[in-house]
Amino acid sequence: MNHQPLSPATSNGTVPLPALDVQNLTVAYEQTVVLHTVSFVIPAGERVALVGPNGAGKSTLLKALVGLIRPTTGSIRVNGHLHTQCNDVAYVPQRAQVDWSFPVNVWDVVMLGRTAHIGLFRSPGRHDRDRVAHSLELVRMTDLARRQIGELSGGQQQRVFIARALAQDACVLLLDEPMTGLDVRAQQEVLHMIDAIHRDGVTVLVATHDLQQAANTRYYERVLLLNQSLIQGGQAHAVLTAEHLTAAYGGHLHRIETEQGILLVHDRH
Amino acid sequence: MDLLNLLLEPLRFDFMLRGLLAAVMVGIVCSVVGTFVVLRGMAFFGDALAHAILPGVALGYLTGGGSSADRSTLFWWALGAAIFSALGIGAITHGGRVKEDSAIGIVFVGMFALGIALISAMRSFAVDLSHFLFGNVLGVSPTDLWHVALGGGLALLTVRIFYRQLVAVAFDETHATTLRLPVTMLNYLLLVLIAVVVVVALQTVGIALVLAMLITPATSASLLVKRLPAMMALAALIGAFSSASGLYLSYYISIASGAAIVLVCVGFFLLVLLVAPERGWLWRVLWRRKPKRAARYNDTVAQINPDSGG
Repeated sequence: MNHQPLSPATSNGTVPLPALDVQNLTVAYEQTVVLHTVSFVIPAGERVALVGPNGAGKSTLLKALVGLIRPTTGSIRVNGHLHTQCNDVAYVPQRAQVDWSFPVNVWDVVMLGRTAHIGLFRSPGRHDRDRVAHSLELVRMTDLARRQIGELSGGQQQRVFIARALAQDACVLLLDEPMTGLDVRAQQEVLHMIDAIHRDGVTVLVATHDLQQAANTRYYERVLLLNQSLIQGGQAHAVLTAEHLTAAYGGHLHRIETEQGILLVHDRH
Repeated sequence: MDLLNLLLEPLRFDFMLRGLLAAVMVGIVCSVVGTFVVLRGMAFFGDALAHAILPGVALGYLTGGGSSADRSTLFWWALGAAIFSALGIGAITHGGRVKEDSAIGIVFVGMFALGIALISAMRSFAVDLSHFLFGNVLGVSPTDLWHVALGGGLALLTVRIFYRQLVAVAFDETHATTLRLPVTMLNYLLLVLIAVVVVVALQTVGIALVLAMLITPATSASLLVKRLPAMMALAALIGAFSSASGLYLSYYISIASGAAIVLVCVGFFLLVLLVAPERGWLWRVLWRRKPKRAARYNDTVAQINPDSGG
């Protein structure tokens, strides 16, 4: 197992600061090591799929990146700054643990993303309202801005929380399994949304267990393959090789190259 | 006697006027802070905190020389006991090794028992004890009134200053953490706010009934409006109205004032529960049932046949 970092984009000759620079990240709960010396670099503005089997530590990695879990060792830099100093990283959990009868509507929830920007004793200003409106537009929830959060469908709730994360003005967005439990059409909508967010200049890291989607270069520029340690990171065709997949999943996944891209077949029956 | 006379007549007495002012202030402050108690499901905590101030009251009584005139000492001791209990519950729960309701229960009974033990050691206490348990709004002295105004005003100001932060933490603590808000500090701040409010309300409704003032107006408001600032304002209005009308009720039909205030609160809640638009019992029985079934039927059709315009 090697821990090669992703190489930063060098298309225009200069090397911009990476959006995320993670070095030797180790996370342990009590005595159990969940993530082991994970190192990678994500160039600004890319869409990255984070894949790996159940229990690989995908959620743990995202939580460590956003500061919900304190890493045992290692460093996390966001745009060159130690991430403990800024809230440039936004996070949308797989399923937010909130009280759905809370007396707030969609607009209010997205405005909560601005809390750290609005000072004590202050009310939201014009800029805050503009950011909220823009975020709602990106997730296409503008029409439902006055709807109570309890009256939304699961997919809509997910989009509201993505909008809340966007309103935070973060430059890195972490999404934990945003497609889980959604039908194919809703999944496509989320993928379109990720694309719109990415075109807005935000770096997006998406934990997913859909290898087929992760392998699709229309949706993601890079893939990180994780199983407690980072097995490989980089472009899909280099990461999702037979050797790496065996290292991550055991011998149950097979890779077939087709004209449309890579096809991954699971043989566990 | 016309209505104006009915309202003005009791205010001839200074003690009635002071009682009315104290009751209304307590009603407002309790309801505003109580909105957070309701939203965060902390009713048990509020009740526990109210009971946990008993040893503070007893010690305040002792150090105040046993005279009920010196309530100032008592106020500070009670506030100390409340904050000590609130922080104690927070500290026991922090780290997740003890469940919160267990921690609350243990601190609650521990402090209450300590209070009873202290009181039983002082023979002369029996007379005033009922005032602390059930309130004595007509015994509010000018100093008490100042304490209520000061404590209540500080609590309201704190809520105003930290409003957005408190809401962010109440709605989604995980999200607030990712925003790098001082979540632990804000949680303790809310505990201290509840402690202050409980002590402020001690005089009007007493230990045993303060929970009603914390949660009843806020719950009534939550059934009537859909957004938080409106809920808070309406809760304050209901709290103030219940306190004032409860006090008049107690004056005219000669019942305990604390009980009268709480009964008006609860009566109002039951009324709201019955007739509130959309969320009321009557509304659901009479109007909601049919449209809901129709909507479900349409959803099913749309799911089976997505092209049929769903």
